[in-house]
Amino acid sequence: MKKFLSVLLVAALALTLTLSFVSCKDNAANGNENADEFKLGVILLHDEASTYDLNFIEAVEKAAKALGFKDTQVIMKKNIPESNACYEAAADLVDMGCDVIFADSFGHEDFMIKAAKEFKDVEFCHATGTKAHTEGLANYHNAFASIYEGRYLAGVAAGMKLNEMISAGTITAEQAKIGYVGAFTYAEVMSGYTSFYLGAKSVCPSVTMEVQFTGSWYDENEEKNAAIALMNNNCVLISQHADSMGAPTACEERNVPNVSYNGSTVAACPNTFIVASKIDWTPYIKLICENAMKGEAIPTDWTGTIETGSVVLTDVNTQAAAEGTVEKLADVKAKLISGETKVFDTATEGFITVGGEPLTTYLADVDTDADFAGDTEAVSDGYFHESEYRSAPYFNVNIDGITLLNSKF
Amino acid sequence: MATNKTHIYEPLFHVVKRDTIPLYKSMLIRVIAVAAGLLLCSLLSLILINANPVEFIETLMDASFGSERRMWKFAKDSAVLLCIALAITPAFRMKFWNIGAEGQVLIGALAAVAVAFYMGNSVPNWALLVIMFFAAIIVGAIWGGIPAIFKAKWGTNETLFTLMMNYAASGIVAYFLVEWTPSGSSVLGELKVGHLPQVVHPYFIIILSVLVLTVLVSIYLNSTKQGYEISVVGESENTARYIGINVKKVIIRTMLVSGAVCGIAGFLIVAGLDHSISETTVGGSGFTAIMVSWLAKFNPIVMILTAAFVTFLDQGASQMSTYFNIDSSFPDMVVGIVLFFIIGCEFFINYKLKFRSFRKKEVQ
Repeated sequence: MKKFLSVLLVAALALTLTLSFVSCKDNAANGNENADEFKLGVILLHDEASTYDLNFIEAVEKAAKALGFKDTQVIMKKNIPESNACYEAAADLVDMGCDVIFADSFGHEDFMIKAAKEFKDVEFCHATGTKAHTEGLANYHNAFASIYEGRYLAGVAAGMKLNEMISAGTITAEQAKIGYVGAFTYAEVMSGYTSFYLGAKSVCPSVTMEVQFTGSWYDENEEKNAAIALMNNNCVLISQHADSMGAPTACEERNVPNVSYNGSTVAACPNTFIVASKIDWTPYIKLICENAMKGEAIPTDWTGTIETGSVVLTDVNTQAAAEGTVEKLADVKAKLISGETKVFDTATEGFITVGGEPLTTYLADVDTDADFAGDTEAVSDGYFHESEYRSAPYFNVNIDGITLLNSKF
Repeated sequence: MATNKTHIYEPLFHVVKRDTIPLYKSMLIRVIAVAAGLLLCSLLSLILINANPVEFIETLMDASFGSERRMWKFAKDSAVLLCIALAITPAFRMKFWNIGAEGQVLIGALAAVAVAFYMGNSVPNWALLVIMFFAAIIVGAIWGGIPAIFKAKWGTNETLFTLMMNYAASGIVAYFLVEWTPSGSSVLGELKVGHLPQVVHPYFIIILSVLVLTVLVSIYLNSTKQGYEISVVGESENTARYIGINVKKVIIRTMLVSGAVCGIAGFLIVAGLDHSISETTVGGSGFTAIMVSWLAKFNPIVMILTAAFVTFLDQGASQMSTYFNIDSSFPDMVVGIVLFFIIGCEFFINYKLKFRSFRKKEVQ
């Protein structure tokens, strides 16, 4: 009798399983361009807890709102690692009827390409990648933003702060040294700190900079320790390219001014936060959805700029910033848009030098291949053409005035 | 008046150890525990994320069985987890608490990737796969063997040691990633060589080979002399020594086997799935596998079920995060609650509650 009962229970359980399984049918993908049935799939490396991914989540939500999407039209898959799991997530999003699939992390690229090759009638868009322009796939696209312009602007704000310290007598002109916490010795980071340094140098010519790498995109302890090491090394202003709050909080503790990244840290650092630059992905997300709905092609390799609203600065914290920063930034921003000011200006004498010599030629590694060798001349018309031959940064020159404290990453 | 001396205070219930319990009864207790856990979770989901219980269960089921692709993924993910659980089982039966499977799989995967990276263009694919396979096994075995030697020779604590070996493994992977990517990105990308052939379905070979491995490990543990030695050492080292088993030898040999099977898992991940490596390639499966093995009472065949169940919960959790557009903390909580119920129900399998009987008291 008891045995019978247990068999019955197991059978009942099995039946429930089968029933619920039957009831969950998929709506198959059929590439419908109708605005109501359009679906966007998003693949994220982490979730809201990471400032990097949060920036994407907010952009997707803003874009969806602007386009009048219903909740069911955006499907987000969070915590997808940079492995075959990314391909599986993309394929699953195709099954769920997505017309455009977007992935946010550099390491997702090969697995997105794998999915793009298999599902020809779905558009695959990948942020920060480097391979779309050589892969020759009609439905695979890269995007990035000319964030070096934002970094340059942030650097101007930093330079003005240094000038203020010099004129107040707290430091001498020679002591104007910036500390920078970087993740890896990768072009994206190198382009970032160099443009930041050049922005500072454009207003404070005597500035120098030291860079400490952490070997990780997110390591709060390491980033904090790196910032402290730089401050101990007499750096009077800190900036960073890494995703945690490590460096900003270290600065607040020691009352050293900080220029941030990826978003404002003013709430946690009211006395030291000056300004932050960031990439706003909303324009790109809107673009890919609109183009797909209209049946128009999505650009293979798209670079967002200040003009498209992709490169933005947060509000300046007047508590910490030098006087007149807001006005100066507006002025430089206008000149960047008009093209009057170039970030990587190789024409102005003494602005960018390598080993004391002016930079007149540089072969950049624009096409990603096994050689890791330069293939495209990037210096012409008096400036280094960053993010023009492909959207992802490729400036990786070590210029004078910047010292790398460790470079094993 | 308190003159009645026959009145004896008896608690509402007391706990009694069960002698034996029939299988169906213990299974029934487990099924009830899972159901109770899921019930609590669906109540919480109603309160916290405003999802009705039907929707909640549907989402769970949908995640693993909603489409053919999801079923394959479910089977494959279960297989990989099962493979790692099989790997740690011999050590656990010996009461050697190896929590270093994460690192042993990772270092095995690294060995396979290194072979493909350096020899990829000089040998044919089948030979490459064979070399990758043995490289992963050997390196995995070495990684498992080191803490075993220290334990056997100097009595070091294997839990701390194997845990530290995980960090060492991920450090070594980070080092090679820097070596292999001169651009500085530390992202290796997909290797074009050393892919397992695709039969029936891209995941078929992985699933099949893990099932074969399950049978092999089961035979090894239950029907060989070495398997018996493992059980004896696990029961009592003194008994083992008394009947002439070389305990040190058994410890080291068993951990070599454990590490080697971890190496197989690493090989399958590299050659069958990722064709690449990063520090997060194993993604915590090395720790989840401990639970899989434990829940199955270290029985390899039962592990097929527990691995499938844990995978089912895991996929369900991430589907919930997608479906309800929430971060991963609620889904993680769901997995935690269900597992807590399953582990908690072991108490009711080993003990029973005896409630106070009123009639007896009257007689006294």
